[in-house]
Amino acid sequence: MPGAVFWGQLMNDRVLRVQDLAVHFKVREGLLFNSKTYTLKAVNGVSFELNAGETLGIVGESGCGKSTLARAILGLIKPTRGRVLWLGEDLGKLDEEALRKRREDLQIVFQDPLAALNPRMTVRDIIAEPLWTFYPRIARVQVDERVRGMMKMVGLLPNQINRYPHEFSGGQCQRIGIARALVLNPKLVVCDEPVSALDVSIQAQIINLLKDLQKKLNLSLVFIAHDLSVVKHISDRVMVLYLGRAMEISSRSALYKRPLHPYTSALIKAVPVPDPKLARIASDTGLTGDMPSPLDPPLGCVFHSRCPYVVKRCELEVPALRRMENGDWVACHCAEELDLTIGKAPT
Amino acid sequence: MALLELKDLNVAFEIPDGEVHAVTKLSFSIDAGDALAIVGESGSGKTQTMMAVMNLLAENGSASGKALFKGEDLMQMNAADLNKRRGKEIAMIFQDPMTSLNPYLRIEQQMIEVVMHHQGLTRAEARAHAIEMLRAVRIPDPERRIRQYPHEYSGGMRQRVMVAMGLLCEPDLLIADEPTTALDVTVQAQISQLMTELRAKSNTAIILITHDLGVVAGLCDRVLVMYAGEAVECGTVEQIFYQPKHPYTKGLLKSVPRLDQPDDSGLEAIPGNPPNLLLLPEGCRFRERCPSAHDACRDTPPMQLDGQGHAWRCFLGPTDE
Ligand SMILES: Nc1ncnc2c1ncn2[C@@H]1O[C@H](COP(=O)(O)OP(=O)(O)OP(=O)(O)O)[C@@H](O)[C@H]1O
Ligand SMILES: Nc1ncnc2c1ncn2[C@@H]1O[C@H](COP(=O)(O)OP(=O)(O)O)[C@@H](O)[C@H]1O
Ligand code: SF4
Ligand code: SF4
Ligand SMILES: [Mg+2]
Ligand SMILES: [Mg+2]
Repeated sequence: MPGAVFWGQLMNDRVLRVQDLAVHFKVREGLLFNSKTYTLKAVNGVSFELNAGETLGIVGESGCGKSTLARAILGLIKPTRGRVLWLGEDLGKLDEEALRKRREDLQIVFQDPLAALNPRMTVRDIIAEPLWTFYPRIARVQVDERVRGMMKMVGLLPNQINRYPHEFSGGQCQRIGIARALVLNPKLVVCDEPVSALDVSIQAQIINLLKDLQKKLNLSLVFIAHDLSVVKHISDRVMVLYLGRAMEISSRSALYKRPLHPYTSALIKAVPVPDPKLARIASDTGLTGDMPSPLDPPLGCVFHSRCPYVVKRCELEVPALRRMENGDWVACHCAEELDLTIGKAPT
Repeated sequence: MALLELKDLNVAFEIPDGEVHAVTKLSFSIDAGDALAIVGESGSGKTQTMMAVMNLLAENGSASGKALFKGEDLMQMNAADLNKRRGKEIAMIFQDPMTSLNPYLRIEQQMIEVVMHHQGLTRAEARAHAIEMLRAVRIPDPERRIRQYPHEYSGGMRQRVMVAMGLLCEPDLLIADEPTTALDVTVQAQISQLMTELRAKSNTAIILITHDLGVVAGLCDRVLVMYAGEAVECGTVEQIFYQPKHPYTKGLLKSVPRLDQPDDSGLEAIPGNPPNLLLLPEGCRFRERCPSAHDACRDTPPMQLDGQGHAWRCFLGPTDE
């Protein structure tokens, strides 16, 4: 595949830079004649960088903008503001044809494994489709060989190549989705909640598979989930999103021990521990109230309506995402004063 | 006497390709005030077990066996007698709250009907009671909110309304089918806490159907593990979490990603997939995925009992690995 040498030189380099990315939607609320148009800021100023061979976990509750961010990163939605730089090139400035070429490097795996696959296509055609799209002249035998190889790689039996998606379980459909995403040898794969629809025993299979493939192929991976336990085993760094904004971006080793943001700490406490003795003394999340409507997010810090540590300043001033001494990032006015070490009583 | 005792429940569905054996010879019981979890992967028969008990199976489904509620067999009961018990003595929260709330009726109407029907209160009394329940499940501003329609509530609020409705008549038994699965973790935590509080107050017995072993550990006294339509292990939460005997239960516990363990401890998956319920294998149904499978497992494994309420369906003895 083209670009392999160049790629080797880029190891340990930033391959993806996302700068102040925003995606706003116009939505109408209300009945036909007195409807109003609102702006829904699904993603509102997100910045981060990703290295070759690195895995970034993105976590947040439903509606916080995860899928929208995923699409914007891959150039599948036009951002309202901000830039996505892939290998130094601004994807927003490329024309259709150039963007199409870059897509070979950038792939996605979707949440609902069965719904994401065309029910009328065989596994062969589903996995081969990107090959046909990018290499229309490729020989049929070559395609078959590649598809069988991919099936083996993701743990499917190559002799099932002529079967249809409904003949497979959820976990197997997700393997098909992964094989399809990897068939072009991409450099970046964005997985949008790839295991949320799967049972725990199967979830673990898919997480382990992605982790192995990531190492083997030196992929850059963005792994989206709605809960922190799922991304823990696969991420080098984790970003926590809330109402379209990044609250924290920290290395895995720091985040689960001593989160910097009160929302991260609440998300950690909310995950139930599968141990009866520990579960009985499970900590309260400390959160007040419900998630605000994304149509009418709080002013100042978007988290202030639920934050147990809120002070006056939080209602007035939006906290910038800033770098702490240890190199991790947080958007909270009080980050220096708070010690959110897990297992420690709040001060 | 147990509050509810199931004996040899079978559930099957007729489909063009043959017969789906959704539940096979399932027996268990729950005492008054207890909390029992039913866990198992998707399709293992959890929901259909309770649907059969409540006589709510789909047209193509059929069930046999006994379901003794306070000594009376629900499966033999006529619709009128069963209806009298539903809501008042037994309440059920379904997997998807939108299917059980009527989208065209205000929350008020839906809640008041339940109370008036079962408790013979006046409309005004029933309304006051409903508002009190909404407040108990922490719906903000319940006097105003009770006049809204389900679509005006967030997913988490709808689920809390379902919990409120389930507990409205202080039933003896609440069957909750995945009450938190579709919800965000922070909302899940709220609902779990709520169910614990309400249970303590009203002494309601709960059957909690769930995938989430974390929720089980925090909420339940006993656990029934199902696999491919069968009970494979049953015991107290301590027995199941600290001394699991069945290889499937062991595998399930190891595959849960945990926040309270070191970062690099890998996840152990159970290989393979559950069997097709149309073509169930002979012998142990877990055999193809079981790391301890041996020749004997081609026969049907017995249910073993340790005399302390712990039971498991496997050829392995209590100390075998
Ligand atoms: N009407 C039906 N016709 C045919 N098969 C059915 C029907 N209803 C359920 N089944 C099958 O019965 C089996 C058990 O289903 P059940 O709904 O009890 O699973 P479950 O354990 O509740 O799973 P989940 O965790 O996904 O809710 C499944 O294989 C399902 O496909
Ligand atoms: N095409 C669209 N038009 C209007 N609103 C949208 C559209 N797509 C997403 N949204 C809204 O944007 C917000 C973020 O959505 P999404 O990125 O799908 O969240 P997540 O993946 O985190 O659950 C939600 O409030 C959602 O309803
Ligand atoms: S800025 Fe204020 S409201 Fe926001 S997270 Fe920090 S302390 Fe809480
Ligand atoms: S009976 Fe055999 S195959 Fe089945 S769970 Fe026990 S050891 Fe495994
Ligand atoms: Mg999404
Ligand atoms: Mg179910």
